[in-house]
Amino acid sequence: MSWVNAIVQGILTGGLYALFACGLSLMFGVMKVVNLAHGDLATVAAYIGIGVIAISHIPFLWSVPIVVLIMAVLGYALQRSLLQAAITRGELTTLIVTFGLSIVIENGLLQFFTANNRGIGTGSSLISSSFSIGAGLQIAWLNVVIFALAVVVLLGLQYFLSSSKYGRLIRAVADDREAAQLSGADYRHVFGICAAVAFGTVALAGISYGMTTVVSPTTGTDTILLFAFAAVVIGGLGSLWGTLVGGIVLGVAQQIGAQINISYELLAGYLVFLAVLVVRPQGLTARRSQS
Amino acid sequence: MSVTTDATVRSEENLRVTRSRRNVAWTGIGALVVVVVLALFPYLVYSGTTAIMVQGLIVLTLASMWNLLAGYAGLVSVGQQAFFGLGAYFVLIPATHGLSPFLALPIAAVGAGVAAFPLWWLVSRLRTGYFAIATWVLAAAIALFIEQIQSIGGGTGMPLPGFAGMDPTLLAAYTYWAALVVAVLAIAGVYFLLRSRLGLVLTAIRDDETAARTSGVRVGVARLLVFVVAAAGCGAAGGVLAIDQLQVVPGTSGGVFSVQWTAIMAFAVIIGGLGTIEGPIIGTAVYMILEQTLQSYNAWYLIILGLVAIAIALFARRGLWGLLDDRFNIRLFPVGYYLWSPGERRRRQGGQGRPAKGAGAAGVAS
Repeated sequence: MSWVNAIVQGILTGGLYALFACGLSLMFGVMKVVNLAHGDLATVAAYIGIGVIAISHIPFLWSVPIVVLIMAVLGYALQRSLLQAAITRGELTTLIVTFGLSIVIENGLLQFFTANNRGIGTGSSLISSSFSIGAGLQIAWLNVVIFALAVVVLLGLQYFLSSSKYGRLIRAVADDREAAQLSGADYRHVFGICAAVAFGTVALAGISYGMTTVVSPTTGTDTILLFAFAAVVIGGLGSLWGTLVGGIVLGVAQQIGAQINISYELLAGYLVFLAVLVVRPQGLTARRSQS
Repeated sequence: MSVTTDATVRSEENLRVTRSRRNVAWTGIGALVVVVVLALFPYLVYSGTTAIMVQGLIVLTLASMWNLLAGYAGLVSVGQQAFFGLGAYFVLIPATHGLSPFLALPIAAVGAGVAAFPLWWLVSRLRTGYFAIATWVLAAAIALFIEQIQSIGGGTGMPLPGFAGMDPTLLAAYTYWAALVVAVLAIAGVYFLLRSRLGLVLTAIRDDETAARTSGVRVGVARLLVFVVAAAGCGAAGGVLAIDQLQVVPGTSGGVFSVQWTAIMAFAVIIGGLGTIEGPIIGTAVYMILEQTLQSYNAWYLIILGLVAIAIALFARRGLWGLLDDRFNIRLFPVGYYLWSPGERRRRQGGQGRPAKGAGAAGVAS
């Protein structure tokens, strides 16, 4: 039964990892930007969430849209300024700038909020409770909610990209920037919108992580960025639903590793990542032709 | 030191090709003098100063290696802390079996270099950004793996044995010399590597990878070689750190596997000047000044270092050394070639302008 438990818990954790990964995947797919500050920005979102609740005393649920909005605005601003400047100067500069941003954010958080762990108090009994199926299979409502949130976010992203005006623009710019530009689309603005959407998912990722466990300044790189990347690679580069598949595989691998020996949890996840990198570098969901 | 090769070209004239527009014999002698003076430091200054300089030499070694990776081979690795940490352990493990940690330094370099082969196999198919994060994930995985081995300290690390009863002053001097030897070998290694055939190959790849491939350049082999050399250098630096700190602490935050090591080396290179041998030296100096001035303000030096690196990456892409080079047209470590237009002679210092645009094929390929 404990193995079934590990697998179920792993699948549910996969939803959280998909939330980590979809923003990274989106920004790479459209802007060809590998944002090394991705995880740290999610940590920032969690800290903003903690701050908003602490200052305004509004209920937790109301703080979520506020944080998402703040992060989306931040995403647009960052994309139009720093990231756009880096993109026009080439891939190397983009990597250096986002890596610099990652280190600056991480140490900035360390400086202002110390290395202490913080969690987001939801204040809801539903979130902290769990239900059981059969014997020994305890499922926390929170994990179910986050998994559902991940599915909703991915569905929303898919609908947004395929059906909305800006989604079509984003796909057009991703496919052929010059042609889109000639047709009257300002690719910089479209990149900004895309970054805003990606940062919105980053906000949800950060808040979700802050709810399930605690965040500290180093969470962004130690956990969120590396798990997001592992999920993206396992699922297949540039695939939206691949992030969910990758997240679930990573989550299950970690839970099974933890079942064998609690200290193998992270290592097991990385081993699966390496195995995919060796055996199927195009990821589990990607077709051969895309690799 | 200047290598003069006469190349006969299609035109009847004899074009001269040298490594530098200036006579570099003096910079060669200058470099030798600097190294000798640095080697005498334990006799000249307090051990507190040499202790700080050990840190500087470690960073200099790391920066030179990262520069080789990113500046010459286009490999932006964010996982060099893996080799740095492995180097520390390759000094620790023989030391626990009775070998002197100083004698274990070559083992650290070779061990990290050997470890680079399988890791390269894993990450070589990824490009730029994905390569960067993949190396980061690998470093995290290696750190986790090392922490599982209880006999070498597990997750808490262990002190470095082998120095019991040794005079602290003597130990400090030996540590300093070891750090100096590693740093000098790293810079000299990069210098001669880039002057070799590999340097030419890397320049060709950097300028146009497709053209290089179609000309028969084995791009993959060249990159693998750079990755292995950089790993060996970082490993040796990690070994020096183990000796300097007299202990090895694992862990991805604060320990030898911390990504901050890669941050420091990358920022030093960016600030000093990517793709020049002089750049890491300048960048390391900037890093040490910042670190020493701001050390009482916790993480601020890394924040400022990061911000400066971002600004330089955006607005002065060739770094501080690039700014100097633009102004004075100097090269301490010429690794490219300078093609003299017919009749042009090396003039005395002073009054020497920049070469006129389009004067022959005059140009510096560095």
